[in-house]
Amino acid sequence: MQWEVVIGLETHVQLQTRTKIFSGASTAFGAAPNTQADAVSIALPGVLPVLNKEAVRCAIRFGLAIDAEIGRRSVFARKNYFYPDLPKGYQISQYELPVVGRGHLNILVGDAEKTVRITRAHLEEDAGKSVHEDFHGMSGIDLNRAGTPLLEIVTEPDMRSAAEAVAYARKLHELVQWIGICDGNMQEGSFRCDVNVSVRPVGSDKLGTRREIKNLNSFRFMQQAIEYETRWQIETLEDGGKIQQATVLFDPDTGETRAMRSKEEANDYRYFPDPDLLPLVISEADIEAVKAALPELPEAMQARFQSQYGLPAYDAGILTGSRGMADYFVAAVAAFGGEAKLVANWVMGSVAAKLNEAGLDVAASPVSPAQLAALLKRIADNTISGKMAKEVFEAMWAGEGEADAIIEKRGLKQVSDAGAIEKIVDEVLAANAAMVAEYKAGKEKAFNGLVGQCMKASKGQANPAQVNEILKKKLA
Amino acid sequence: MINASLKELAGALAGKQISSVELTQLFLDRIARFNPEINAYITVDAEKSLAQARAADALIAAGKAGALTGIPIAQKDIFCAKGWRTTCGSKMLGNFTAPYNAHIVSQFDAAGAVNLGKTNMDEFAMGSSNETSYFGKVQNPWDRARVPGGSSGGSAAAVAARLAPAATGTDTGGSIRQPASLCGLSGLKPTYGVCSRYGMIAFASSLDQAGPMAKSAEDLALMMNVMAGFDERDSTSLQRDKEDYARDLNQPLKGLRIGLPREYFAEGLDAGVARVVQEAIDQYRKLGAETVEISLPNNALAIPVYYVLAPAEASSNLSRYDGVRYGHRASEYGDLLDMYCKSRAEGFGAEVKRRIMIGTYVLSAGYYDAYYLKAQQIRRLIAQDFEQAFRRCDVIMGPAAPGTAFKAGEKTDDPVAMYLEDLYTIAVNLAGLPGMSIPAGFSNGLPVGLQIIGNYFSEARMLGVGHQFQQVTDWHVQMPKGIE
Repeated sequence: MQWEVVIGLETHVQLQTRTKIFSGASTAFGAAPNTQADAVSIALPGVLPVLNKEAVRCAIRFGLAIDAEIGRRSVFARKNYFYPDLPKGYQISQYELPVVGRGHLNILVGDAEKTVRITRAHLEEDAGKSVHEDFHGMSGIDLNRAGTPLLEIVTEPDMRSAAEAVAYARKLHELVQWIGICDGNMQEGSFRCDVNVSVRPVGSDKLGTRREIKNLNSFRFMQQAIEYETRWQIETLEDGGKIQQATVLFDPDTGETRAMRSKEEANDYRYFPDPDLLPLVISEADIEAVKAALPELPEAMQARFQSQYGLPAYDAGILTGSRGMADYFVAAVAAFGGEAKLVANWVMGSVAAKLNEAGLDVAASPVSPAQLAALLKRIADNTISGKMAKEVFEAMWAGEGEADAIIEKRGLKQVSDAGAIEKIVDEVLAANAAMVAEYKAGKEKAFNGLVGQCMKASKGQANPAQVNEILKKKLA
Repeated sequence: MINASLKELAGALAGKQISSVELTQLFLDRIARFNPEINAYITVDAEKSLAQARAADALIAAGKAGALTGIPIAQKDIFCAKGWRTTCGSKMLGNFTAPYNAHIVSQFDAAGAVNLGKTNMDEFAMGSSNETSYFGKVQNPWDRARVPGGSSGGSAAAVAARLAPAATGTDTGGSIRQPASLCGLSGLKPTYGVCSRYGMIAFASSLDQAGPMAKSAEDLALMMNVMAGFDERDSTSLQRDKEDYARDLNQPLKGLRIGLPREYFAEGLDAGVARVVQEAIDQYRKLGAETVEISLPNNALAIPVYYVLAPAEASSNLSRYDGVRYGHRASEYGDLLDMYCKSRAEGFGAEVKRRIMIGTYVLSAGYYDAYYLKAQQIRRLIAQDFEQAFRRCDVIMGPAAPGTAFKAGEKTDDPVAMYLEDLYTIAVNLAGLPGMSIPAGFSNGLPVGLQIIGNYFSEARMLGVGHQFQQVTDWHVQMPKGIE
């Protein structure tokens, strides 16, 4: 039987606010345990939540970025369950009426474009952390993270492969950073994905029973986990088994998923509207204010790059893959002033390759957009060849200084003096009579050999176009 | 001095007839003498109180005294007061010292008032007789074998026994008005949102409201001037201009339209209480008020609705008492679940457990719509009843409680009988309206309260309605015997 996998994602995005969602305690990562746990974070008797308006603005930002309906009236509810790192015994979340309604995100998988529908996004508070090491059989509780604002983003089951799920997650990861609501740090848990996976026979329109892979904090693990889980479900069904709805964890060491708890044992969370918080009412003016401060979104920028700079769709897509990359490109184009395609080639080529190799963010690039532009100007005005430019770029990356200084120091200036080149050509023709004879006998290849000899004789500095031209004239 | 009004006390302090330290010591001495029996206070800390009194005396000497500067006020033990043990009447918080001040406590501190101590109360404010307190029952000063009412029973007994000039209370379903009625006091539950709930330990968040308990309506007005006001730390606190609650005290009653709900004078009301309330209403007629019969047709549903909504909220509000971070933790336990179960089983009393169970049940999947959601719908109908009624009258009057103070132990085995104590008060909380009880007379030697219910934000007018009555009656200045 042919099987189809059906995937939906729930992503917890930690919002980049200075303080917690319902109190003034700091959200900074990495502080000593419980130093950011104020009276509200530890749920002292009598304390009350007060909603952080910045968290709401972040949610609206996201809603606008995915072209979603913004809930004009959303309600905070209590999700009741006991756990030591959940200080109130309930989590404040949004249940029936979320702040962000239906929206969508377009992804690119290979060459195929696809729209993933987003069901909803809602605001909620994070829990604290239980620490089980170093306490001699006891557990420690760190409530620094308790109350950190999260936006939980839920998709429809629209993805049909691990690659699509990862493409969606990457796109979302980029978007939330692009609009400045999340730092995207997956190691620190700022972006956590839960993936719902089910399989069904191809052609069936009924969804299979799903299992939820919890807390994936890297795209690589996500890919592996979905692939494993898909195989496991198909094998289980083909062996005559049944899938039980369950929550599973991915073990990166074994590459396997295993059930954490089955959903039948799941808590009844007894959701009800939190009487400590009034319904969140968002006005047209609130939305307009957020809209006015919203940066140009990736897709709009991609279209603009095509029309404004005459770039191919592919280039425009790559360059708008991250806010930092786009900013770098725009700055380099502005400083360069010439052909944008040349800048695009270099940013997508050498710059991206070196960043990738060094594991650096584009913002931390040792070669700034202005420095890159200065180098490209030397290509444009024929001071150096493209090949020479690569060498100069390497030197710039290594911190040897500005392009002009390196060209000067290394004597890489291209020779475009017709007289000088003619002299070299004459010498090469005199020294390579055999090649000249071959060329004249009709062997085109010999011409390239002669060009190569000329370049070698000039130590690569002769302008190749001029060498070609003069050589042709002399051999005619 | 022990029967003086707050205004008289302020005058005595300003006129140097007495210092705040002396006044505070006077009440501390009385507490030392009477509290071992009456048990109105859970925690008294003379040193802390006297330190505040000394600071108040300095303010008075510097001519910086406000209306309550130097006056000792008892705080219901539901309000967190920095450095004070704050128990909420529960073993669960028997070892809890609050590290911060409730808004109400801060307001009294800022006014220069002296915190005289923390008063006894039903555990987590759940009860109508103060008998659910972990710290023992409280005697009604009018008859020591009887209950003071609840949940603010300690505050009521403290003021009635003149162990405090005034006290704070909280009212979720009648917890200020019913004990005020049973102890012969004036007590006001303001419009929901007028007093900040910050630092007030939550029972049922959508119903809880702080208010003053004192001898007279005038005293209540002075207390309200300190207690009321917007607080950004409580999202349900109302952003309104500061008002003077004493502004309408002398407004004449001529033309006042008093609504008398048919349902408040029907079955369930004690005959003696009915007589006293009718006499009080006659007194109002003499003062120029008119009466009009009104109906609150959904009043009978108020108790069942309340006993769905309040436990639902309570079951969630009380989840934080898990023994993990503060409060009672069982000394021996196996795993985590065992720690939760034992700590909560030991830390909570029977009534609290009963309400947690009811609340958990009504919020459960499959029952939510039938109970919680339905109750919310009826809650709106109850509020609409009042809306209709206030088209025809300015205030509503009736009994505050169906009877006078009952004997300790009389209703402890019958929760429903106990719940019926709030028959006339609960609808007011469900609607978020202000309600007040003032002493209206006696039945068989026990005080009877007259309840006055006003429209939203009409506290100042209601206090005036109470004050005018107290200008021609002396029920509010009568003292129980045996406390001299």
